[in-house]
Amino acid sequence: MAEVKTSRLKQRPLSPHLQIYKPLLTMMMSIVHRITGGAVFFGMLLLVWVLIAAAAGPNAYASVRWFMETLLGRLILFGYTWALIHHMLGGIRHLIWDVGYGFGPVEREWLTVATLVGSIGFTILIWTVGYVVMGGMG
Amino acid sequence: MTEHTQRSMRTPLGRVRHLGSAHHGTRHFWHQRLTSVANVPLTIAVIVIVMGLLGRNHAAVVQILGSTLVAITMLLFIVTSAYHMWLGMQVIIEDYVHDELWKLVILMSNTFFSFAVGLAAAFAILKLSFGL
Repeated sequence: MAEVKTSRLKQRPLSPHLQIYKPLLTMMMSIVHRITGGAVFFGMLLLVWVLIAAAAGPNAYASVRWFMETLLGRLILFGYTWALIHHMLGGIRHLIWDVGYGFGPVEREWLTVATLVGSIGFTILIWTVGYVVMGGMG
Repeated sequence: MTEHTQRSMRTPLGRVRHLGSAHHGTRHFWHQRLTSVANVPLTIAVIVIVMGLLGRNHAAVVQILGSTLVAITMLLFIVTSAYHMWLGMQVIIEDYVHDELWKLVILMSNTFFSFAVGLAAAFAILKLSFGL
C-alpha cells in the first residue's frame, strides 16, 4: 500500500538535519536527555538484579554486592546515578517548557545550564553521602 | 492513482476510510508526562531507599525492602518507570528505525523488555514483602 514508485516522486528539498546547525547548549542537552533516557532504560536491569537477588537469598545478594564493589560495578553505578538524575532534571525542564514557561533567551539557557550543573552536583553529593555517611558501597 | 480509480469499484471515500486518525490522539504524549511527574518524587524516594541499603547485609536489606511503605514506594516506582520507559523507547525506535520489519521486531522487543523488567521487579518486591 505504501509502495510508491520512486521514479514518479519528485526530488523535494529535505529539511536540514543536525549537522547543518551550530551546536547550541539547549540542543545538545535535548540529545543528552534522550541518551540518558536510553541509558536508564537499560540501567533498570541493575535495580531489577538487586531486587531479584535480595528476593532469591543471601548467596545471590552477596554476588550483587561483590559486583558493585568492583571498579566496573562502581563505574556503571556512578554512570547510572548521573544518567538518572540528569534525565529527571531534564524532564522537569521539559515539563516547565510543556506548560509554557522558561522560553526566554535567558531563561532557557539558565534552565539548561542548571540541569547540567544540578545533575553533576547531585550525583557527587549522593556519592559523597554514600561514602561518608553510609560508610561505603556494596 | 488514476489507473486505480478506473479499475476499482471502490468509492474514493471507501478507499481512505480507516486510514486516518487512530483516535489515540495525545494519549501517548499525555501518559509520558503523567508518568514523568509521578517519577520525580518516586525517583528521589527510591534513591534515598537504595542509599539506605548501602553496606547492609542481606537480612537487613530484606527487612528494609519488605517493609510496607518502602515496598509500596518501590512498586509505584517500578510501575510508573516501566510504563514511562516503554513509551520513551517507543518514540526513540520510531524516530530511528525506518525498516518496517525491523521496527516491528524492535518495538515488540521494547514491549517485552519493559513488561518483563516491571513484572520481575514487582514480583521480587512482593516476595520480599510477604516473606515467602
